[in-house]
Amino acid sequence: MRKNLNVIAAYSIMMILILMVGIFQSWNIALSIFNLCLISAVMTMGANIQWGYAGLINFGIMGYTALGGLAAVLISVDPVQEAWRAGGFDILMCLWLIIVMVLVIRFILKNFEKSKLRTYSIAALIITGIIIIRVTAEPGIEKIEAVNPATTGFLGGFGLPIIFSWIVGALFAGGLAFIVGKVALGLRADYLAIATLLISEIVIAIIKHEDWLTRGVKNVIGLKRPAPYEVDLQTTDWFINLVEKFNSGKLSVIDNLADRQAALNQLVIEGSSVFVKLCYSGLFLVVVIILLILTQKALYSPWGRMMRAIRDNEEAANAMGKNVVKQHLLIFILGSAIVGIAGAMLVTQDGLFTPGSYRPMRYTFLIWVMVIVGGSGNNFGAILGGFVVWFLWIEAAPISMFLINFFTAGIPETNAIKAHLIESVPYFRFLLMGLGLLFIMRYRPKGILPEKIEIK
Amino acid sequence: MDFVNAIILLLNYIFIPALTYGSQLALGAIFVTLIYGILRFANFATGDMMSFGTMATILFTWYFQSLGVSLGVLPTALLAIPFGIILMILYMLLIDKFVFKYYRHQKSPPVQFAMVSIGVMFVTQAVVRIIIGPSDRRFFDGEKFIIKAREFKEMTGLNEGLALKSTQVITIFVTIVLVSLLFWFLNRTKTGKSMKAYSDNEDLALLSGIDPKKIVLVTWVIAGILATIGGVLYGLDKSFKPFTYFNNMLPIFAAAIVGGIGNPFGAFLGGYVIAFSEILLTYAYKKFFIYILPESMEPNSLVQLLSTDYKFAVSFSILVIVLIYRPSGIFKGKVL
Repeated sequence: MRKNLNVIAAYSIMMILILMVGIFQSWNIALSIFNLCLISAVMTMGANIQWGYAGLINFGIMGYTALGGLAAVLISVDPVQEAWRAGGFDILMCLWLIIVMVLVIRFILKNFEKSKLRTYSIAALIITGIIIIRVTAEPGIEKIEAVNPATTGFLGGFGLPIIFSWIVGALFAGGLAFIVGKVALGLRADYLAIATLLISEIVIAIIKHEDWLTRGVKNVIGLKRPAPYEVDLQTTDWFINLVEKFNSGKLSVIDNLADRQAALNQLVIEGSSVFVKLCYSGLFLVVVIILLILTQKALYSPWGRMMRAIRDNEEAANAMGKNVVKQHLLIFILGSAIVGIAGAMLVTQDGLFTPGSYRPMRYTFLIWVMVIVGGSGNNFGAILGGFVVWFLWIEAAPISMFLINFFTAGIPETNAIKAHLIESVPYFRFLLMGLGLLFIMRYRPKGILPEKIEIK
Repeated sequence: MDFVNAIILLLNYIFIPALTYGSQLALGAIFVTLIYGILRFANFATGDMMSFGTMATILFTWYFQSLGVSLGVLPTALLAIPFGIILMILYMLLIDKFVFKYYRHQKSPPVQFAMVSIGVMFVTQAVVRIIIGPSDRRFFDGEKFIIKAREFKEMTGLNEGLALKSTQVITIFVTIVLVSLLFWFLNRTKTGKSMKAYSDNEDLALLSGIDPKKIVLVTWVIAGILATIGGVLYGLDKSFKPFTYFNNMLPIFAAAIVGGIGNPFGAFLGGYVIAFSEILLTYAYKKFFIYILPESMEPNSLVQLLSTDYKFAVSFSILVIVLIYRPSGIFKGKVL
């Protein structure tokens, strides 16, 4: 118990902070912060597996998040029959062509000696392949995008419950990580960082501009929910009764029957959105707890010890007969898959998929701040990092607003500098994050909750 | 005549824009490569440092404009650049003193430096946005075109017009001057040579009495000059928006690595490699083929290898390919 005191203390403080937001601002804000904290926690767990367990640097988190989001769209949206009839055949042909191309390249790689001729012929094959694929796909894509472009204009998905996409998102992200890992994992750390960052940008470019698959920057809205809709709740009897019961004290003060009914309606509207958010919190909490148990088990298993050995001394681990390349690839895939789950969860919560909103600041670098601040190598630390950093990211604006007003209290409202500062309040969050990261790296390089390895 | 038209078309839509964009990238790439070669880390704050320098220059430009000072046909920003550079260098030295110096003395691994530079990136972004705001700004004044497309058509009687913007000429001219000065400095002066020695082998350089503090100082000064001028040229040619500058970091990294990181000349060429391949691969050649092919063979489609949406993706793919097959870059930089 004693040795876990700092963990318990840190989490209690975090919970109190969120509760304070609930009491002083509103429960709606508190819950939406809490939900995004949970999603961030899943992302940090993924990054932490790669960085903390194995020392692999992955700046491509944004790409895996977006793939998870794409999975949510492809799973939950109903298929657009008309689009399939119009261009489905061309698209399937293309898929075949890609598979054939990959197989041919594999065949060449396997059966011919390494030579200049081989390299050039593979390059020529890829270029002609791309041209052929473009020529085959072009008419199909045009037809698909012409099908009712205001609402569909894409192939749609499978029409399954969106929850399944959490698993599919993990598979997508893991698949991409397999390719990236095969290609890039041999690079030195900072090159790996740049390579993964750029590959994630390529992924985003594809998701943004292949309208037939994702609707691109036109966004997909109104995804199905795993939770009830507010509008339905507001007309359901048991929910209204529940709200009445909860607020009976408040309501009994009002004498006028009409006023009481109006107050109740207001409470029901507020309550319904809180209830929906609570549903999401429950779902996300389940995911976080399952992942936490799995990652903790993995950390203290022989496999976890091997990963740490590889991280701390690659050559020695190699000499002991551990397959470093294979383990690196495995952990790269596992971590990315977890990030993919988080991506699907994020889209599930928002109910919309906006490829334009995937930006490296928010989805890659912020997650890294979380991992570093929380404590790399420690799962509890990573989750805490997700909570703390997301909380500050949201609450930075009110905090800095308060500070600005506090320090410039004597200056009149019309002062140009004060007005300018108040106008630029949203950007103080970047300052806060940057300073936080720099201070933690300087004075507590292992994070708030440092990695702790017990030898039992 | 058709042949000349085709050449003019390529000049107008591919060669000149690519040369301009390449010059802007090249300056940034030399900045990245110098920091990497001498201070030994990948600076993720590159784009934001450039936007800081540009912001400083814009502030001085506004000041000069309010005073009524101008350079006539040339943009006022050229007058403000030296002041912008001074602010930029001061900012960089401040950051170095409070942030990077500690890790340099600790001899931290490059990854840690990269992480720290992300912290610097956040802070710099905040500073720029707080001071000047995140919106799109144009600060170009003076004469916009040297040759207008219409005038060119009238002058030569060709179908295709050649438009030459003054920012393009300024960019290319300034880049040539700056880069030749830089190479002269690196190859001919004592300080430049000692910088090279320090980059090659730190311990040997220290043994032979090179002062590391001076090397670091000179590196930041050169970096400040490159970052500010590169940023201002980009801003003059297109526009200044902090977010775009952050994004520009990626092709700049690509240029530096393609050229062989740590090798300034490679970075210079890498800028053009990236710029030309981006534009060559995403240009629609339909009109070009209409000019040079006989009428019966004219293409129906756009004859475009990749849609322009994938401009960035092209440079990143080149980088990934180079990283995999030739990690030291096309022009041999530091071996990994």
